[in-house]
Amino acid sequence: MSHADAPVLRCQGLSKRFVVGKRLVQALTGVALEVRPGRVTGLIGPDGAGKTTLMRLAAGLLVPDAGTLEVLGLNVIREPVTVQESVGYMPQHFGLYEDLSVQENLDLYADLQGVPGSERAPRYEELLHMTGLGPFTARLAGRLSGGMKQKLGLACTLVHPPRLLLLDEPTVGVDPVSRRELWEIVYREVEQEGMSVLLSTAYLDEAERCHEVILMHDGRVLGTGSPKALTAPMQGRSFLVASPEVGKRRIQTRLASASGVVDTAIQGDAVRLVTERAETPRPDTLWSGGPQLDITPVQPRLEDAFVARIKATFKDPPATRPDPAAPTSPGTVSDEAVITVHDAKRRFGDFYAVKGISFVVRRGEIFGLLGANGAGKSTTFRMLCGLLPASAGELKVAGHDLRHAAAKARARIGYMAQRFSLYVNLTVAENLQFFSAAYGLVWARRRARIDWALESLELTPMADTPASDLPLGYQQRLALAAALMHEPDILFLDEPTSGVDPLARRAFWTRINALAEAGVTVLVTTHFMDEANYCDRVVIMADGEILAADTPEDLKARFRSTQNPSPTMEDAFIALIEGHQQAA
Amino acid sequence: MAQGPSARRGRGRMRLRGLIRKESLQILRDPSSIAIAFVLPVILLLLFGYGVSLDAKDVPLAIVVERSSAETMSLEASFAYSDYFAPQHYTSIQAAERALEERRVDGIVWLREDFARHLLSGHVAPIGVIVDGVDANRARLIEGYVQGVWISWLTQVSRALARELPMPTRLEQRIWFNPAVSSTNFLVPGLIAVIMTLIGAMLTAMVVAREWERGTMEALMVTPVRMREILLGKLIPYFILGMGGMFLSVAMAAWLFQVPLVGSFWVLTLASALFMLTALAMGLLISIAAKNQFVAGQVAILISFLPAFMLSGFIFEISAMPQVIQWITHIVPARYFVAILQTLFLAGNIWPIVLANSAALAVMMVVFLGLARRKTHKRLDA
Repeated sequence: MSHADAPVLRCQGLSKRFVVGKRLVQALTGVALEVRPGRVTGLIGPDGAGKTTLMRLAAGLLVPDAGTLEVLGLNVIREPVTVQESVGYMPQHFGLYEDLSVQENLDLYADLQGVPGSERAPRYEELLHMTGLGPFTARLAGRLSGGMKQKLGLACTLVHPPRLLLLDEPTVGVDPVSRRELWEIVYREVEQEGMSVLLSTAYLDEAERCHEVILMHDGRVLGTGSPKALTAPMQGRSFLVASPEVGKRRIQTRLASASGVVDTAIQGDAVRLVTERAETPRPDTLWSGGPQLDITPVQPRLEDAFVARIKATFKDPPATRPDPAAPTSPGTVSDEAVITVHDAKRRFGDFYAVKGISFVVRRGEIFGLLGANGAGKSTTFRMLCGLLPASAGELKVAGHDLRHAAAKARARIGYMAQRFSLYVNLTVAENLQFFSAAYGLVWARRRARIDWALESLELTPMADTPASDLPLGYQQRLALAAALMHEPDILFLDEPTSGVDPLARRAFWTRINALAEAGVTVLVTTHFMDEANYCDRVVIMADGEILAADTPEDLKARFRSTQNPSPTMEDAFIALIEGHQQAA
Repeated sequence: MAQGPSARRGRGRMRLRGLIRKESLQILRDPSSIAIAFVLPVILLLLFGYGVSLDAKDVPLAIVVERSSAETMSLEASFAYSDYFAPQHYTSIQAAERALEERRVDGIVWLREDFARHLLSGHVAPIGVIVDGVDANRARLIEGYVQGVWISWLTQVSRALARELPMPTRLEQRIWFNPAVSSTNFLVPGLIAVIMTLIGAMLTAMVVAREWERGTMEALMVTPVRMREILLGKLIPYFILGMGGMFLSVAMAAWLFQVPLVGSFWVLTLASALFMLTALAMGLLISIAAKNQFVAGQVAILISFLPAFMLSGFIFEISAMPQVIQWITHIVPARYFVAILQTLFLAGNIWPIVLANSAALAVMMVVFLGLARRKTHKRLDA
């Protein structure tokens, strides 16, 4: 093996434990892997898979309990500082100094990484050009948008071009446009500078862009290889199932428990099905005596391979099956308008956060508000919750005008806030007690709702665990339980899946689907474009305006072209935003 | 990559310079740092300089005269002339006691009907003194002042009679080093210790905690920066800030409150630098344990600010504390610094005191700084 081919990272039997609270967490168990030079390697896995621990070990910030770890041919445990001279690492929450300007942040990292004065000017120019931050050098980092901050963090990491770049979930919470730009920068560095990149992500669509992928789960490596090689065994096992007679949610609920089915998910107007064997399933084995089912084979995705591997490796995978006890009412969206927004405006000083938007949400619908940070989603949400009065226009929830009867409207709403707003030092049961009391539930009803929440959201095993010690997916379920305590018929979800891993996200959406099926109206904000596919209708917002309102399928269809015959939601979103910016 | 030691040193200097510049910009842009370093000292000094006084002045004092005579009138006049007392005349002890209970007076001087006879006959203690003891500190002060007035009056009388009169106790009361007997003169120097503790321990602990909280520490640690440089990058700017706060306080003490600086300014500066480093080392030690700003602030108040306030001898006399507390004061760095400050301001360069206390400070500084250096690792799990 020549020097140029030597792996940039190699580990054997790598293990690391932590003590969190009173629990011992085994973050990594006997991890062995190699990262090849000059490539983008993706570290894929759900929350708590050990991705961040591996990154920190590679950056010399942690010392392993067992095993060997070599980075760029050096023993990290013995020579952390030498490794740090040639490695760039961007932690998940990259600590920019928010009270320093863009230029001052760059200067600091140039000083810390020992970039000689003469090399700075050209490097700065290059980085500022790539990140589009050129016009903002004098702006304080704290005043940048989320996407710009992330790009500045990357620029700071790249001031002294590292041989190995470690990126820990670089695109979490970043809008699609900035996300695409981040990827362009990473690829540019790999192709032009020959940099090696190891990046972790919970987005499986990003994993498909990597040259090589390492699948991790629960501190172990499940598989490595190119996305294509990993997906290959899935050939002939992915299908789209639709029916002219029944709705997609009903199909999913039914198919999830059918034999031979590994995974189900809503995709557009159909249900995506992954089977155990590579043969087209017969409709009557999937749903005997059921309606007519149209089954179309489709290309497998990395996500299918990932879920299949996890299910094959772990007996008790995270809950991804729909709640079998979910009500199976007709599930048709009625025409009754539950939420009406007409020409609503909200002004802060002389800045319009929302500039006269109108939309209607019907009963039993899942309605998505999509947009980057600062698009006006949260302001709209707060107005609908009656937390923020509109400057002008009309907002009605469940027939109550929010100007006069905000309290009455609120009684019908279940609200799940962005950061889950739980009491972290109360246990699960105590949180439920508190929220049921806050909604005025007493005696038998309170008891019944708490039992329901513990059981149907699978929180019973964690009932006595403080909320702070819960994995994020559990926290999310607890927050959902709290929002559902008073059996609201309208559910508001503000970025409900932010930071939650893909499996937990899918499980969450399955629950939301079941609620919608039972007639609950759901209004959700998200910046995960692929989640728009779970919605019946979406509006796309930018700068306080609605750019488009449509079903996900029709929205994507608008941007179908010969170059891009099957655009994703993200493609549609970026095209809309760019059109909007050109018009402005 | 081969690199000579000089290239390595150059890069070390570059990193340190970058860190110091960053820290200075943050200080300048963060209103709370400026407030702690410059606004708070001004407020504290004004508060203690003008608002809090430990002197008893114009104390309402009941003088019970059961039978008026030339002697009683003369003694009463002595009390009236004193700055410390605002005497009120009573004719019965009962009325005076009621006034004391109702807190209209803080003390009673009781001249019985046989006062003149006792005085001349040479028997002892012809007067009775009762002091409101609710505030023990004030009570002792009043007691002392009463004694002072009594003795000086006796001296006058004996001189006038040209014969020795028996003194109740031969108490010689002299107040040294603070001829104006103004509490401002010893409070203001002591306050400098408190202000420097705030900047050194609390502000520093909190800004390091802030770096952990915002994730900037993790980003710093993966650069080739050495832990030593991170520590120096904090020490140097905050050292300068703390010394700035000190100079401001000294200037205010000298020009606003007319506190004399009897000792050498240079000795004061050196001793302050020593104390500042000790306080900074404490701040860094706190930040190792407390990685969020709230905890860091609480811990800093508990283990640095409050002891500097209460156990340093700044307000409360250490020799008047219970023995156990007196032992504890030995581990409070501010104790040594307050002693140096009060000596330098009010008594001058008394070398035995200055040197002994400086030596104690130096030992604490070395221990704390050494601990801080040993306990900070460039790792997240340590």
